[in-house]
Order: sequence, then C-alpha cells, then structure tokens
Amino acid sequence: MAIHKNDQFEQRLGVSRRDFLKFCTGMAATIGLSTTDALAMAEAVEGAAKRPVVIWLHGQECTGPTESLLRGEHPTLERLILEMISLDYHQTLDAGAGHDVEHAKDASMAANKGKYLLVIEGSIPTKDGGIYCKIAGKTMLQHTQEAAEHAAAIVAFGSCASWGGVQSTGINPTEAQGAQAVLPGKTVLNLPGCPPNPYNFLATVLHFVTFGKLPELDEQNRPKFAYGRLIHENCERRPHFDAGRFAEEFGDEGHAKGWCLYKLGCKGPETYANCPAVEFNDIGGGTWPVGVGHPCFGCAEEGVGFTKPLFSLADVKTHTPPNEFPLIDQRENATGASTGAAALAGAVGGAVVGAGAMAAKKIGDAENNSSDNQG
Amino acid sequence: MKRRDFLKAAAGGAAVLCTGGAAQARENLQPAPQAVGMLFDSTLCVGCKACVSKCKEVNGMPPVIRDGQVQFDSASDLSGDTLNVIKIYKDGTAKVKDSEVDGFAFEKRSCMHCVNPGCVSVCPVTAMRRDPATGIVTYHADACIGCRNCTVGCPYNVPQFEYDNPFGQIQKCQMCNQAGVERIDNGQMTGCAEVCPTGATLFGTREALMEEAKRRLALKPGEIYNYPRGDLGKPYNSHEKAAPEYKQHVWGEKEAGGTNVLHISSIPFDKLGMPPLGERSAASIAEGVQHTLYSYLALPAVALAGLTYVVRRNTDDDGGES
Repeated sequence: MAIHKNDQFEQRLGVSRRDFLKFCTGMAATIGLSTTDALAMAEAVEGAAKRPVVIWLHGQECTGPTESLLRGEHPTLERLILEMISLDYHQTLDAGAGHDVEHAKDASMAANKGKYLLVIEGSIPTKDGGIYCKIAGKTMLQHTQEAAEHAAAIVAFGSCASWGGVQSTGINPTEAQGAQAVLPGKTVLNLPGCPPNPYNFLATVLHFVTFGKLPELDEQNRPKFAYGRLIHENCERRPHFDAGRFAEEFGDEGHAKGWCLYKLGCKGPETYANCPAVEFNDIGGGTWPVGVGHPCFGCAEEGVGFTKPLFSLADVKTHTPPNEFPLIDQRENATGASTGAAALAGAVGGAVVGAGAMAAKKIGDAENNSSDNQG
Repeated sequence: MKRRDFLKAAAGGAAVLCTGGAAQARENLQPAPQAVGMLFDSTLCVGCKACVSKCKEVNGMPPVIRDGQVQFDSASDLSGDTLNVIKIYKDGTAKVKDSEVDGFAFEKRSCMHCVNPGCVSVCPVTAMRRDPATGIVTYHADACIGCRNCTVGCPYNVPQFEYDNPFGQIQKCQMCNQAGVERIDNGQMTGCAEVCPTGATLFGTREALMEEAKRRLALKPGEIYNYPRGDLGKPYNSHEKAAPEYKQHVWGEKEAGGTNVLHISSIPFDKLGMPPLGERSAASIAEGVQHTLYSYLALPAVALAGLTYVVRRNTDDDGGES
C-alpha cells in the first residue's frame, strides 16, 4: 500500500482515509469480493499513475442513469467519482460546450486510443440512418461506432443503452436499439435498470480499474454479481409469497402489513437484479420499490419492463426444475409404523395389560377385604 | 371329492355369477344436484405452493420434514399429513413451462371428489360417504373399522392412512367442509382456491366450472382472457393473460363417471399421472356384480346347492370318499 501518497491523496479527494477505505470495502462487498480485494482496489485507485479516461455518450434517454449516479449518497461520492476517473467527455456534466468539448473528446480518444472506458447511456436510433439523435452534426449511431472502435471496454448504463428501453417497445418509431445491437463483434457490458443502480456501475468500474478486466458476465452480458439472481429470490417479502399471503389491492390490510405484491403485478419473479440487496439512495430500511409497497415494474428486464402491463401477473421463473417439487410418480415413504409409534403402541398395550392385572388384583383384594370384614 | 371335480364346480359357479352380475350392473351415478368442485388449470399454476401451505393451516396438519430440513414442507405425495400437493412433470431440459417436450408443468394432487367414488363403494361400513347435496366425498372416523379398502379402491391414490399413528385414521381432502371446518356450509370457498394468486385453483359449482373449462379450451392460443380468481360464483377479482394452447380434454368430465374436481392442461393427462380410466366407473360395475350376487342371497344359495350336490354324489353311504 502506498502510504506515502496518503496525504496527497486525501487532499486530492477531500475525504479522510477512513471514509475512502469504507467506500472501497463497500464496493468490494457489492461485487462479492473480500476485504483484501478492497485494499487492492484502494491501492489501484490511489496508486494509479494516470486516472482511467472515461468517454460518456448520451443517446435517446432521460439522463436517468447520470442522475442516479449523481445521487449516490455515500459521503463525498461525487468528488470521488470525479477524481477517481478522468471524465473527459460527458454531455451533462461538462462545463464547456460546443466545438470545444467535441475537440477535447476527439483529442482524448486519440491520445488514449485503446485505453479509455466508453460508457453509453440511452438508446441509439437506427431508422433512416439514425437521424433522430444528432450531436455536433453526427448521429448517435456514428458517435457510438467511432467511440467503440478503440475503447478498452464498453459499458451500457441503463435499460435504454442495454436493450433499447422504453423507446424500443411498442411501435418504436425511431427503431431504437441498445448499444450491443449496433456494435456487433464488440463486448458491451450491460447494466440495465430504469434508473440503474449507481453502485453496480461504481463496482463494475472499480473492478475494471483494479483487475484490468470486466467482472464475470451472464449470457446477456450483465455482471453476475448484480444480475445473477431474480429479485424474487432476495426479496424480503418472499416468505409471504411462500405462505400464500398476498396484498389484494393498494391500501388493504395485506398491503399495510407488508405482504407479497405478486397479485398486484410484481415482476420480481421474472426480473434479474440486486435491488433488494443493494436498495436505493443509501437510506436503508428497505428503500426500493417493493420495500416501499409498490410492485416491481421489471425495469431492468427486456421483454418485461415497459412491455408487460403494469398489473398483469409475472411468470414465476424461480421454480425451474429441478426445484423442490415432487415428481408426478413420486410417493411418500409409507414404511409402516415408525419406531416411536411402535414403542408407543407397545407402551399402550403394556399399560392395558398392566392395568388389567392391577384391576384383577384390586378386585381380588376387595373380595378378600369384604370377606375379612364379614368374618 | 376329487380336486378336479371341485375346480370344475367352482369354475362353473363363478361363470354363472360373472355373466349374471355384469348383465345387471348399475349405471354410473349422476352428479349431485348442488355439486361443488374445483377447476385446476395447470397452465396458470406458478408453483408457489400457497395452496399446500393454506391446506395444512386449515386442516391443522404438520409440515412433512425430510432430512432434518425443517424450513420447508417437503411432502412428496399425499399422506396422512398432506391432503394437497403440487407435483411437477418435466422432460429433457425442462426449460419451457407447459411444454410436453423439454418442458415442465405443475399438477395438483388432491381428492378429485368422484361422482362415482370408488372409496365409498369399497367401504364395508359407512365411513366413506358422498354428500347427497354437495357431492363432497367425506370420511367419518366414528364409523371406520380401519380396513383401508378405500386406499386401494381409489384410482387416484387419495385416501391415506396414518401409518405412523397407533390410533390412525384415514385422511383425505373433504373440501374444507368436515366437522369443525365447514367452510363450504358457511358460504366460504376451499382454502386452496382462496389463496391461489393466479386462479389456477378455482372454486365453484361443478356445472359452472365445466362451462368455464370449456370456454378456456375454446380460446385461441394467445387470445387475452380474463381469468377469475377464488370463487367462480363471486370472483373477488381477476387478471388478464394470454391463453395457452390447451389440450382439448377436461379431465373429470367423463372419467370413471366424472369428478367434481376438474383439471385442464397443455400436457396430456397421462403425463401428469392420471390413471387410464374409461367412462364407466369401476364402482358401478363392481357394485352391480356384488349386489346381483348377494340379492336375497339367491346366487350364494344356488352355488351352495350345486356344491352340496357334487359333494353328495361323490360321497358313499358310509361317509367315505368313493
């Protein structure tokens, strides 16, 4: 660990070392890494000769992912994220505008060829050559393809960039697509969600900074640490589902008591995300949609969020076989009386015999006594 | 008497009894006038097992514990502690719900409440009864002699004996209407139908459920249908869902004279463990034979007379064998 850099580093970030290590440990925990890895992360961040360059593009979207990232409530998070990486181009956060920032972007991409991290936020229109989203005279499609050409890694942040989001559902007038769809042959790491959880992004970036590679991905290129399990599997209301306690309508007794929201259309059983584990906005106390009483909307899952009706029942994906269901032909073991039951039966039988003997003896005694009295 | 003669006489007697009996077998019984039942739609079941949990709660039964795992009820079939269980069909990769090939499907196992109940037919006393009004097949421990004929007289393996209890009784689903529960008499529905979140288990009269089942079978796959939940007579709510491709078969419409609990599915019923049953109930055939055989004790008397004749013919005056 580069102890001598501490003072300088603290100054640069404006955080105490304690807060910084807490942040790194939290990030490591999000990915499921050990404390040792957290220290490695801390070293990677503070020891880096040059901060990794990030080029951040915006397509068709509401800036939700950026807004969500800005609202990460860990102390000094904004300063950390701005200092940890070198954010060379970001349309929302750049102070400059116009040709200046476009030149800066081109210069940075040329200087850091093959080394910068490309983050894409928003979907990419492809109809009519992509003319529905133009920045600096070029379509989003062109920007995306150019920036992706020499990127070290590409991250699609939010549902729009991951699979097209709300624009891509229904009639899709601009033929909006996710980043992966317009970048065939490239590996795009997807972090869907509307908005996506900022900590999944931070954890992914820190993983990249520390280990020089992306975390383990699933078949939809989502990091497994965040999208490996269904919301349903980690949901704090799951016991109510298993016991058949469902809220029937908003504001009823079951809803007030925190029962399962499946009947109200919760899409947790078919949506992969770590919302119940990570929650939102660092408030704690179950602050995520289901935690505060609203059914999961399935925002992160292609074909669910913005596609299925809000209150229609979800397809429960947890019970894919072989789960704990007996097979059709399975029988309960009926092996006759258990040892305990046999012992009990024996004891009962013994008691009956014993009671009979005692009764006979008492009758005999009584007869003897009466004859004694008479005699 | 020679062994050969005895066997001849016995075979002859049996032939007479069988032909006479089969000819006079009674017809299938008709559904009870206010028959209540349930419709289980396998394609709606999501395997949440809320019905299994509620059933145990209503009927006061303990969870089945396996390998010391006490967190979950792990009943593998109906038993003295389990009146209702959700089982699974799976094939190949088992990835697609309600697909016969490389798919899986859920199936509910509980009493089908036969219109012609085999368990009632084989009961030598009156411990098993079909309620004359509701058609619910009930069990009465006060009359039961513990012969367990009902457990083998049922084609669905429903009545279960409490083998681990020295004072064991028969246990079976009585539609939550047994003494002390009486949900149906009180205008409620069965516990399993009440908690089912998707309406996969639906309560109602047999007639209305049959109409509902046939309506669903007539749907085009993909057509949006409004599935009611709870009690079909007064559904408290419903949900919309695209119809699956149903097999054109309502199990329980005709099988062995019909059942009050109906099943529909996208998988053939033999794959879901349903037994091969004709339309004629075994109970009606067997009862026909039995009742003919013992009618005024006529046939036993004839059989006895025949045997007596054979014996006397083969006996010499001294009482020894000729």
